[in-house]
Amino acid sequence: MDPLLIESPDGLYCPAGDFHVDAWRGVARNIVTHAHSDHARWGSKQYLTAREGKAILHERVGADANITPLAYGEVIDLNGVKVSLHPAGHVRGSAQARLEHNGRVLVFTGDYKRQTDPTCTPFELVRCHEFITESTFGLPIYRWQEPSLVAADINAWWRRNLELERTSVVLAYTLGKAQRVISMLDPSVGPILLHGSMVRMTDLYRQTGCELPPTDHASPENAKLHKGRAIVIAPPSAHGSTWIRKFLPVSVASASGWMMVRGQRRRRAVDRGFILSDHVDWPDLMRTIEETGAERVGVTHGYTSVVTRFLKERGKDAYAINTRFVGEGEESDEATPSGSLAPVIGGEAQGEGEVAHEREATPVSQDPTPTPQPSPPRTGKREEDV
Amino acid sequence: MKRFLDLYQSLDATTRTNDKVDALVDYFCHVDARDAAWAAYLLAGKKLGKSINSRRLRDWVSQETGYDAWLVEECYQSVGDLSETLALLLPPPFTPADPPLHALIEDQLLPMLRSDEADQKRIILAVWRSLDAPSRFLFHKLLSTNFRVGVSRTLLVRALARVAGIESGVMEHRMSAKWKPTAADYRKLVSSEDDREIDLSRPYPFLLAHPLESDLAALGPIADWQLEWKWDGIRAQLIRRAGHTYLVSRGEEHVATAFPEIVQLGATLPDGTALDGEILAFHNDRPLPFAHLQRRLNRKNVELMLFTDVPVVFLAYDIMEHEGKDVRTKTQNERRALLETIVCKSCDLKLSPLVEAKSWDEIEALMASARDRGVEGLMIKRRDSAYEVGRPRGVWWKLKVAPYTLDCVLIAAQPGNGKRAGLFSDYTFAVRDGENLVPITKAYSGLTDDEIAEVDRWVRGHITGRYGPVRSVTPQLIFELGFEGIQESDRHKSGIALRFPRMLRWRKDKPLAEIDTLENARRLLLQHNAIP
Repeated sequence: MDPLLIESPDGLYCPAGDFHVDAWRGVARNIVTHAHSDHARWGSKQYLTAREGKAILHERVGADANITPLAYGEVIDLNGVKVSLHPAGHVRGSAQARLEHNGRVLVFTGDYKRQTDPTCTPFELVRCHEFITESTFGLPIYRWQEPSLVAADINAWWRRNLELERTSVVLAYTLGKAQRVISMLDPSVGPILLHGSMVRMTDLYRQTGCELPPTDHASPENAKLHKGRAIVIAPPSAHGSTWIRKFLPVSVASASGWMMVRGQRRRRAVDRGFILSDHVDWPDLMRTIEETGAERVGVTHGYTSVVTRFLKERGKDAYAINTRFVGEGEESDEATPSGSLAPVIGGEAQGEGEVAHEREATPVSQDPTPTPQPSPPRTGKREEDV
Repeated sequence: MKRFLDLYQSLDATTRTNDKVDALVDYFCHVDARDAAWAAYLLAGKKLGKSINSRRLRDWVSQETGYDAWLVEECYQSVGDLSETLALLLPPPFTPADPPLHALIEDQLLPMLRSDEADQKRIILAVWRSLDAPSRFLFHKLLSTNFRVGVSRTLLVRALARVAGIESGVMEHRMSAKWKPTAADYRKLVSSEDDREIDLSRPYPFLLAHPLESDLAALGPIADWQLEWKWDGIRAQLIRRAGHTYLVSRGEEHVATAFPEIVQLGATLPDGTALDGEILAFHNDRPLPFAHLQRRLNRKNVELMLFTDVPVVFLAYDIMEHEGKDVRTKTQNERRALLETIVCKSCDLKLSPLVEAKSWDEIEALMASARDRGVEGLMIKRRDSAYEVGRPRGVWWKLKVAPYTLDCVLIAAQPGNGKRAGLFSDYTFAVRDGENLVPITKAYSGLTDDEIAEVDRWVRGHITGRYGPVRSVTPQLIFELGFEGIQESDRHKSGIALRFPRMLRWRKDKPLAEIDTLENARRLLLQHNAIP
C-alpha cells in the first residue's frame, strides 16, 4: 500500500491527493496546520487552514493570499482523499490534519498541547491508523505544571515587583504565547502593556472571538505613566535592547517550556523563568500516541530519534521524519538578544525602532553544507518555530 | 528544606550582589540556628564528605522510572547537569514532605554516605518519594560534593557580618577558623561580642594579588615596590601556636599530613608566629614543575618513597603574627625585615628571595628568564602597604609570564554543562604528526559567548561521527591554545598532558597545514621539564 504522506523536497506531500502539508516553500496546494513560521511559509497558490486561524495566517503569508478556511471537522475531498482539520490546542486556529484514503486514516498533528488554554479551541483526539506527531519536548524530563499554578506564580511575581517598584517584563512569542500569558494575568494588579509588535496579533485574537483582559500599547507615554507597576509583554528579541530601558528598573521573565532547564534559564539571563509551553510534554505525548490507537507512528519536529527509539523498544512501529527546521538546539536565538544570529526567513519587520524584528525560523538550509549531516543530538526547536 | 530552597533560588535568580546579600541576611535571620549552621557551612563551600557514586544514582532512577540508561543519558546530555536531570526524571512525590535542612542532612544524608549500597538505596528512595523536583535537585547537589551557588565567600561574609552586627574583617577571620555546622558554633560565629579567644589553628585571610594589566612604568618609581618571583606551588600559612604547628592552604584545608617535613620545620618557629608562603617541590635550588607537587596532594599518608623523591620546602614571604601579636598593619618593609629575623640562616625554612632591579626595563629583561627559573612570573608588592584582607587593589600585583602556546585544530566537540548545556562548548584539539592528527588536549575556556555560539553552529554543520555525546568534526577550525605547563602522560595518545589549557585566539587566518606538530610540543616538554 502506498504511503499517504511522503517526504519531498518541499516537505510532506500527499501523492494521492496532490497537496502538501506545512510545505517549506510555495507549492500549488498547501494545508497549513498553524501560522508559526516553521509551518506556514509564504508563496503557495492555495492554502487550506482552520477558519479560526484564517485571519492570523493572512498576517503571515500576505493579505491577498488565497486561503480556503475549513471549519473544524468539516470534510472536503481532494482527489479522492478525504481531508478534515481538527483542533490541536497549540495556538489560535491551530489544527491537526486528518487524511483518509481507501479506508486508512492518517493524522498529522502539526504542533499541539493538551493543557487548558482559553485562547484557542482545545485539542481533539482523533483516532487513526497512522499518527505523525511533533516531539519538541520529547524527553521525559519535560512535565508541565497545571497552567493555573503557573498563572498564580506569574501574578505573584508581578505583585512582588510592584512592591519593589520594578516593571515586570515577560518575554513571549508574538503569536500564541503572548496572548496565552495575557489571558492568565490578573488585571486588578496593574496595567498590561504590549510591545508594538504584539498589538496587531492580539487584536486579531480578540476580533476572532478570544476574550482577553484589556491591554494598552507600551508606548513611551505609557512607559512614563505606568513603569514600576505595569506588566509588559514583549518578544524575546526585546531582551537587552534599548527599548526596554524606558521601563527601568525591570524584572525580566521568560515564559517557555525550555525554562524547565536551569541552564537554559541562566543562558538567557532572565530573572525568572515560567515553565509554560504550547506543546505536549512527555506524559501527554505518550498518552496521546496511545489514545489515538495508531499502529504506526511518525515522529517529527524535535527529539525525533529519542522518541522513535523509545517507541520502537516498546513494540511500536515508529519512524523519524526529518524536517528542514531542526533549529539550532534548544537554546535558540532567544539566547542572543541582538543580531548575532543568522539571517531570517519570514521574519517580517514588525515593530518599533530598535527592536527591528522578531527572529523566527532559522532553517538549517542556511548552512553552506546542509546535507547529509547526521542530525544534531538535541534538535529542540525554538518555541515559535514549533 | 523549602526555606533553603527559596534561598537557593533567589541567589540563583539574580546577579545583583545587594539582592544576594539581602536574601542571605533574610534567610539567616529567620531560620533555626541548626539550619543556619548547615547553610553557612555549605555556602562557604565546605564538603559533607565523600560523595555517592553517580552510577548508582542513575541506576536507581532507571529502576524508579522505568527509563533505560540510554534515555537517562539523552536527558543528561540535554540538561547538562546530572543532579538536575535525575531530579526532573523522577515522578512527583507520593508523600510530599518538608524536612528541615539540618534534619535532612543529619538524619538522612550523612548516615547514608556511611552506609552500604542497600541502605543507601533505601534512604535515597525514601527521600526521592518525599521531595518535589526542585528540592530533589538541591538534595542531589548536596550529595554531589560540588554544591555551588552564585555566592562568593565575600558575599557570605558580608551577610553574616550584618547578621552579627560586626565588621566584615572580623567575620572573615571567624569563618577562617575551624567550626562545625552545629547550632552552638553558628551562634558563636554570629555572636555580636568581640572575640579574644582565638582558635589556635585559625589562619589569617590571605592577601590576594591582582593581575597587572597596565605597563610596569605606570606603577611609579620602582623603589616603592618589593619584588619577588611568583612561585608555582601551593599557597599556605605555616602557623606555630602553643606548641602546635598548623599548615593551612588557601582553600583553608589543613595539609599538614601531606607535608610532614614542613611541619617539622615549623616546630623550630617561636610560639605565636604565622607565616605566609608557598609549598614547593625544590631540587638543586630550583623549583620543580607543579606536577611533582601534585603527587603529594590528596594523600593522607605520604609514602616514604615520595618523601625522599620529591623534596618539598616552604618558601616564606610574609609574616602576619609575631610573638602572638597581629602584625598585619605594619608595612610590607617592616614585615619583611621581621620575617628575615625569624627565618634566619640557622633554621631550615627558606625565604622567598627578593628580586633586585634598578629600573622597570631591567625587570622586563628578567621576565624573559622567568621560564628558565621555573617560576610563573613576578610579584610586585607595595613597600608601604599593610597586609590587608581580601584582594585590595594596588597592594600586591602579579605579573605572569606569557603562557606556552600551540596552534591546534579542533577535531571534536561535546556539549558543555550548566549555562552551556546543549551548546557544543567543550573541545578536543589535535596537532599534526606527519600525515596524521594526534589529539593533544581538551579545552573549555577562553572564548566569548558569541564565539562559542559561532563554533556551536559550525560544529552542527560539520559532524563526521558520533561517539556518545562527542561529535567528531571536519578538522578545519584552528585555535591558538595557551597553557602553563606540559608534562609526559601515558593517559593521552600524544603522550603529553597540558596544564591549564585554554583558547587564546581563534586563528581564522591560519590554514590547517600550518598548525603545530607533535615535535614542537615535545620540544616544549623538554624545555619545561629541564632540570639543570
